[in-house]
Amino acid sequence: MITVEHLTKHYGRVAAVDDISFEVPKGEILGFLGPNGAGKTTTMRILTGFMPPTGGVATVAGYDIFKQSLEARRHIGYLPETVPLYPEMTPRSYLHFVGKIRGMDSNLRRARISDVAEKCKIEDMLDRHIGKLSKGYRQRVGLAQALLGNPDVLILDEPTVGLDPRQIIETRQVIRDLGGEHTVILSTHILPEVSMTCERVVIINRGKVAAIDTPANLQRRMRGTDEVEVEVRGPSEAVRAALESIPDVVSVNERDNGAETCIFEVGCSVGMDVRESIARTIVQRGWGLRELRPTAVSLEEIFVQLVTAEPGT
Amino acid sequence: MIRNVLAVAEREVKSYFASPVAWVVTAFFIAIWGFLFAAILSGSREANIRPLLSNFSVTFLFLAPLLTMRLIAEEARSGTLEVLLTQPLREVELVLGKYLGSVAFLVFMLVMSLYFPTILLIFGNPDKGPLYGGYLGVLLQGMSFLAIGLLASSLTQNQIISVAVTFVALLLFWLSDAFSRLLSGPVAQVAQYVSITKRFEDMPQGVIDTKDLVFFLTVIIGCLFITTQIVAARRWR
Repeated sequence: MITVEHLTKHYGRVAAVDDISFEVPKGEILGFLGPNGAGKTTTMRILTGFMPPTGGVATVAGYDIFKQSLEARRHIGYLPETVPLYPEMTPRSYLHFVGKIRGMDSNLRRARISDVAEKCKIEDMLDRHIGKLSKGYRQRVGLAQALLGNPDVLILDEPTVGLDPRQIIETRQVIRDLGGEHTVILSTHILPEVSMTCERVVIINRGKVAAIDTPANLQRRMRGTDEVEVEVRGPSEAVRAALESIPDVVSVNERDNGAETCIFEVGCSVGMDVRESIARTIVQRGWGLRELRPTAVSLEEIFVQLVTAEPGT
Repeated sequence: MIRNVLAVAEREVKSYFASPVAWVVTAFFIAIWGFLFAAILSGSREANIRPLLSNFSVTFLFLAPLLTMRLIAEEARSGTLEVLLTQPLREVELVLGKYLGSVAFLVFMLVMSLYFPTILLIFGNPDKGPLYGGYLGVLLQGMSFLAIGLLASSLTQNQIISVAVTFVALLLFWLSDAFSRLLSGPVAQVAQYVSITKRFEDMPQGVIDTKDLVFFLTVIIGCLFITTQIVAARRWR
């Protein structure tokens, strides 16, 4: 649905986007992750036809975003980062205006407006002035605008910024529901958001793609091993020896927690679940098993590892 | 094409009526004209609309920049331009829509001013020719002022700069008749040619010269064309 090949954008001498390539199949939700100034917004602005790239090609729904811009734009709904709206208009008149530009007749507009207003939960605000709405509602009016034309592709630049926790959960649900039928690209710097909403992640740093994969694969790839944390009441040396003797266990690190129990971080080969054998081993010897849980490298750690890597490494 | 232009124009007109600036401008316009109308009429005791209409340039010189300052500058500043330019909307449709919106507001102001000639028609018997010709001239002149203002508004994100550029440009056009008397040779001819006031002189007498029509239309179309190019070029920044 979206293909990006060797996309480059220079501002003067600075390369904001430097040779980015990726593809998004129909119905996928793709997350753009990166520190501020990494080139997320610039990439999105190119994909929406707002600005032309310096080099490279991007197509949306089969249309070249630069050469067949108007056609491509018909298939895109876009929520810019700053959620620009007209303060003197009401959400209803604003949505009618956008609907007219998108060539919708008045019956279709009315039907779609009540549909997106329900989805974005702005039904009660449709006839207030946008200038008087809270940040959260404005954000959702912007989202409603992007959804209005029922576009194949949705490009959402930080869609949950400025929302309260309940609204964030609702908005993520709206976005998740869009997947399958719509192709979605969203950018964020909230890491849990990516694992919660996106099927794949593109990590962008300094205008380059640092990694593209599913959140789960990224976590596995960064570690090489899976890890289990065990809290045991028992003689620490003996416990360590017993843990090390379990097949597939690669490493055992003890962490002192200052109490009568000790905590071990047990590393094992990828894909091997050693939790049952650990539990059996400990219980058989009569030690007390207090806690046993798999630990995952958080996306935060991956993100930090990827974007702090020196260029060229 | 037309549908998109009208959608933009309609939004623009609504936003004029929602803005205090537009109402202040209209009130100012009617007040100044009312004052001039009373002063001229009590001086000449003649049922003639011409002296009033020939003062249009001066009043609208001050008011046009206030009507056009927002048009594109504000959209660029607030970022709504980004939403518009990522919709299936051509730059030319956007510019024409904006322009039509401002012209619609000018027409509204002129309709409000129709009570001056109405008073003349009730109490006197003015010539109809100068009345129609004069209003056509006023409309064309106002439309070219607005086109210049729209062009200035596309150059900046700052409404004050937009006002200043429009005002200076209009002032130069307005003064070029006076300049032409100071100069000689081809420069004077050019100054004479571009003088908006000179172009307008015949119309309130009921004389509509094709040359004048062509001049105003050229200014309008030229400004709209350049504005479209500027909006398109904004993408490249």
